[in-house]
Amino acid sequence: MALLLKGELRSKLQAELPAALDVRWANQATAPETAEHAGALPVLIEDDAVVHAAQIVPVAHFLRDTLGYDYLSNITVVDYLAFSIMELVYQFYNTTAGGADVRVRVRIGRTPEACIVPSLSPTWPGANLQEREAYDMYGVVFPGHPNLARVYMWDEFKGFPMRKDFPKTGDKYTHVTGE
Amino acid sequence: MSDLKTQVELEEQGVLFSTINKLYNWGRRSSVWPMQFGLACCAIEMIAAAASRYDISRFGSELFRASPRQADVMIVAGTVTKKMVPQVVRLFNQMPEPRYVISMGACATSGGPFRDGYNVVRGVDLYVPVDVYIPGCPPRPEALLHSLMTLQSQIDMQSLRNVRWYGDENDAVDFPVPQFGAEGLEIAGFPGTADPVGGLPTMPPFVSPALGGRGERNASISYLEGNLPKPMLKSGSTHTVHEEVANGAVA
Repeated sequence: MALLLKGELRSKLQAELPAALDVRWANQATAPETAEHAGALPVLIEDDAVVHAAQIVPVAHFLRDTLGYDYLSNITVVDYLAFSIMELVYQFYNTTAGGADVRVRVRIGRTPEACIVPSLSPTWPGANLQEREAYDMYGVVFPGHPNLARVYMWDEFKGFPMRKDFPKTGDKYTHVTGE
Repeated sequence: MSDLKTQVELEEQGVLFSTINKLYNWGRRSSVWPMQFGLACCAIEMIAAAASRYDISRFGSELFRASPRQADVMIVAGTVTKKMVPQVVRLFNQMPEPRYVISMGACATSGGPFRDGYNVVRGVDLYVPVDVYIPGCPPRPEALLHSLMTLQSQIDMQSLRNVRWYGDENDAVDFPVPQFGAEGLEIAGFPGTADPVGGLPTMPPFVSPALGGRGERNASISYLEGNLPKPMLKSGSTHTVHEEVANGAVA
C-alpha cells in the first residue's frame, strides 16, 4: 500500500470504480487558459479526483481498506456561488506510510434538493462532527448521519452563515469595498 | 479645600480623620474581587496579571471567585459570541450589587476584528453596562491593572447618598437575558430580532455607570450604523484626593 502520487487516485478509481468518477470537469484539465476562461472555469479544474456524491462511501472505503489512507483529517465545504456549486473536499492521510494527503472532491448543487451527500459516519465515526459542521455552516444534508444537529449555531437558528449569499453584517470593512 | 489639605497633613502624622463615605469606599475599593471567567486570549493576559510578575493582588483583586455571588467585578476578557452572551448576562444578573463590568480588549468593547462577522456581539455594552473599557488586542497586563485603578477611582467618587444600590430606593435592575431566535438574538422589549445574525443590532448600548447610567440605554444612539464612537470619560472626571493634592488643586 504505497503512497499515491499527485493525481494518481483518479487513474486508480478509473480502474477500480469507474462509475464513481465525476467526469464533468475531467476533460478541461488540458483546456487552454484563454482570456474568457481566466478566473472562471479553471478554478474547477483539479488534479484531485472528483467523484459523484452517491459514490463517496465506496470511494472512501476504497481509500481506507485498499490504499491504506485510514485517517479522515477534514471535510471542508467550498461555496462556488458563481457556478451554483457546493464542493466538499475530503482530506485523507495514510498514518502508516505518512506522506502527503489525498483529497477527494464532491460537487453538488446549492439548492436544498441538490445539497445532499450520503453520510460517512455510520462506517467512519471520525466524520461525525465534520459532517455536522458542514451541515451547520453550509446546509449540506447527510442522510444516514446518526445525529445531524447543529454544532456552532443554536438549534433554533435558521440559515447557514458561511454560505456566500448569507447577508453581510458589515459596516466596518464592507463600505471600503463597496459591497 | 484647605480642610482637605489639613486632613492630608494630619494623616501623614498619624492622625486619621474620615467620613463614613470615605471609609466605606476605601473598604470596597481595596477588595474588588473579579469573577473567574475568561472567554478568549484576553483571559491569558488576565491570568498573567494575576500571576507573580504583575501581581494583581497589589490592588486587592487577587481572589478570582468561581461564583458570581461572591464577585464584585466581571472582567469580560475576550470575544463574546452570540451563543455565549446569554450566559454572560445571566452571570452578571447573579452578581450582587454593587457590581462592575470591565470590558477587556477590542472584541468585548466593539467586536474587534470580528465586528463584521455573523457570530460576534458588537460590544458587550449592548447587553450589560460597562464601567471601564480597555483598548488593545489583547491588552497588556499593565492595561488591566490600569483599568482596575480607574475602577477604584470611580469607586472613590461614589457617594452613599446617590448610588443606585443603596438605601430605600433600590432600583437595581436585572438585565434582559437574550433568547435564541430563528434569525438571531431576541431581547424582551425590542420587536423582532434585536441582534440578528447577518445584520446590525437595533438596540443602543447601555449608558456606562461611570457616566451616571442606572441601567438605561443610550437613547441618543438609535442605531449602530457606522462607527459611532463610544462615549468616553471626560478628562478629570475621576480623580483622587492625592491627585488633587499633587495637582495643586488643594491650596
